Amino acid sequence: MTHNNTSPRVQRFDRFSIAGLGISFVLVIVLAVLPYYVPIGSTRDLTNLFIYIILATSWNLLAGFGGMVSIGQQAYIGLGAYGIVMIAGLAGFNQLLAIPLVAIACGVIALPISYLAFRLTGGYFAVGTWVIAEVFRLVTIRFPELGGGSGISVAPMTGVDRDMRIAIAYWAGLVVTAVVISAVVLIARSKLGLALTAARDEPVAAATSGINVVFAKRVVFMIAGAAAGAAGALIAISTLNVQPTAVYGVQWSAYMIFIVVIGGVGSIEGPIIGAVLFWALQVMLADYGGFYLIGLGILGVMMVLFAPGGIWGLITRRRRVDFFPISYRLDIPMQKDPAKKAATP
Amino acid sequence: MFGVMRIVNLAHGALAVLAAYGVLVLVRTGITAPLVALFIVVPLMVALGYVLQRTILQRSLSESPLPSLLVTFGIAIIIENLLLVTQSANQQRFSLGWLDTASLTLPGDIRIGVFPLIVLLFAVLALGTLSLVMRNTQFGRLVRAVSDDPATASLTGANPQHIYGLAAAIAFGLVAVAGFANGVQSGFNPTSGNLLLIFAFEAVIIGGLGSLWGTLLGSIILGVVQTVAAQFDSTLFQLAGHVVFLLFLVFLPNGLIRRRSRQ
Repeated sequence: MTHNNTSPRVQRFDRFSIAGLGISFVLVIVLAVLPYYVPIGSTRDLTNLFIYIILATSWNLLAGFGGMVSIGQQAYIGLGAYGIVMIAGLAGFNQLLAIPLVAIACGVIALPISYLAFRLTGGYFAVGTWVIAEVFRLVTIRFPELGGGSGISVAPMTGVDRDMRIAIAYWAGLVVTAVVISAVVLIARSKLGLALTAARDEPVAAATSGINVVFAKRVVFMIAGAAAGAAGALIAISTLNVQPTAVYGVQWSAYMIFIVVIGGVGSIEGPIIGAVLFWALQVMLADYGGFYLIGLGILGVMMVLFAPGGIWGLITRRRRVDFFPISYRLDIPMQKDPAKKAATP
Repeated sequence: MFGVMRIVNLAHGALAVLAAYGVLVLVRTGITAPLVALFIVVPLMVALGYVLQRTILQRSLSESPLPSLLVTFGIAIIIENLLLVTQSANQQRFSLGWLDTASLTLPGDIRIGVFPLIVLLFAVLALGTLSLVMRNTQFGRLVRAVSDDPATASLTGANPQHIYGLAAAIAFGLVAVAGFANGVQSGFNPTSGNLLLIFAFEAVIIGGLGSLWGTLLGSIILGVVQTVAAQFDSTLFQLAGHVVFLLFLVFLPNGLIRRRSRQ
C-alpha cells in the first residue's frame, strides 16, 4: 500500500461488491439445487420470478440506462413465445436449444424495428413501441397455423416426466437470468454503458463529445429485445400454452415498469429487488386480481413522485452500496458523509 | 393540450373511458338521460384535470420525460383496474334513442349518420374555438408563453402551475366528451382506453406533432383507412390503421402539417 489511510483513492471493488459477488455465486448454486428440495409448485412459481427478473432487468437497461421508455417490449415476449411454438413445436427442435436461437432472432428483429421506433422520442417513442407490439399481435393471429386468435399449445419435451419438465424450465430460467444480469452488469461498466448514461442525461453534450448516441441506443434496444424474447421463450416452455392476448399483452409492460420503478430505476440491484417483491406479492395476493394491480399502480406512482430511486435508492441513500461493481468510487476515508452520490450509475 | 406541458399523457384513453363510465353510472342509477349526464360528468372531469395536474402531474414534470410517463402510465393502469373491479369487464354502450341510427340521405343515395356528423361538427367547433382562444386571447398568450418558457413567463407574473392546471382541465373536459362519443358510437369496456390512446397517438403523429388542425386531418385519415379496410375484412381495421401510421413514420415522420419551428 503506497497510500495512507486518509488519502482519497479511486476504486471499483469494495467490501460490498466483493460480498455481493460472493453472495451471487452462492445464491446461484443454492437456486440450482433448489428443485430437489422444494415442492414442484414452488419450482413453477420460481420460474415466474426468473421471468420477471429477466424482463425487469432488460427494461431497466432500456429505460434506466438508455433513457428509452418502451411500453412495447411485449412484442418480443410474444415473438419469443411464438418462436418456441415454431422452432420447437412445429419444427420439432429441442426446446432448450431453441431458447438462445429465439433470443438471437428477437434481437435481430429488433434492429429494423429500431429504425422505426427511433424516429420518435420520449412519450411518443413509448406509444410507438406499443403500436409495433400491437402490429405483431394482429399479424400473428392471422396465421391459423399458429392457432389464430385462440392460441396454441406447445408439445412437451419427449421422454421427460412432468416434474422434470418443470425443473428443466426452472433451470433454463435460472441460466437466462444469470446471463442477462451478467450482461447488463458488463454493459453498464463498459464504454457502451457510459456512453448510454451520458446520452440519457445530456444527449447533445454526449454527441458533441464524440459518442455515437444512436448506435449505443440501438445496441441496447436489440439486447433488450433479445432478453424479452428469451423471457417469452421461457413463458412458452413453462406454460406449454401460448395465447396471443396473453403473450402480447400490455400488462407485461405494466409489470416491468412497476417492478423497476418500485425496485429502483437505473441500478442493477433495484429491478431484482422489485421483481422479488412483485413476485412475492403476486403469489400471496393472487386472489385479489384487480385490486392487486390498483395497489401496485398507486405504490408505483408514489415511488416516482417521492422516492425516484425506488427501494434501492432508499437503502443506499445514506451510504453508497454497489453489490455489483459497475462504477468507480472516490473514497475519502476522513470525510464524515461520503454518501452524497456523485452520479447515478 | 398536453403539448403545453410537453408531456405525453399515457392515461388519456383511460380517462376517456373513465368519463364514459361516469355517464354510465349516472344513467344506471336512473338519475338522468345520457346526454344530461354528460353535462354533469364534463365539469367533474374538468375539475379532476385541474386537481390531478396541480397535485400529481405537476410533481412529475422534469427535464426527463421518464417520471411523467411512468406516472401517467400508472394512472392508466389504476383507472383500468378500478373499472374492471367495480364495473365488470362487459362491453357497454350508450343509447341515445332515435339518434343512434338516424341518418341523412344525400343525393346519390349516400347516407350519413346524424350522430357521427354531430361529433365531427363538435370536434371542428372545439378545435376552432381552441385555436382562436390560443391565438387571440390573453389566456391563449399566457398558455403559449408558459409552454415556451415557464421560468421567463413566471417572471412576468404568470403562474405556470395554474396555467398548466387550466390546460389539463380543458384537455380532461374534451377527453370526457370524446369518451362519451366513443361510448355511443362503438361502445366501451374498461380496457378500451388502450386502443383509444393508440388511435389518438396515431392521429397526432400522422397529422404532425403540435398542430391542432393536423390532428383533425390525421384522425380523418385514420378513420377512413380503418373503415375502408373493415369493408374488406372486418378483422383488418386495427391492423390497417397501424400500418398506415407506420408508413407515415417511415416516409413522412413529421406528419402532414409541420409546425413552424420555434427556435
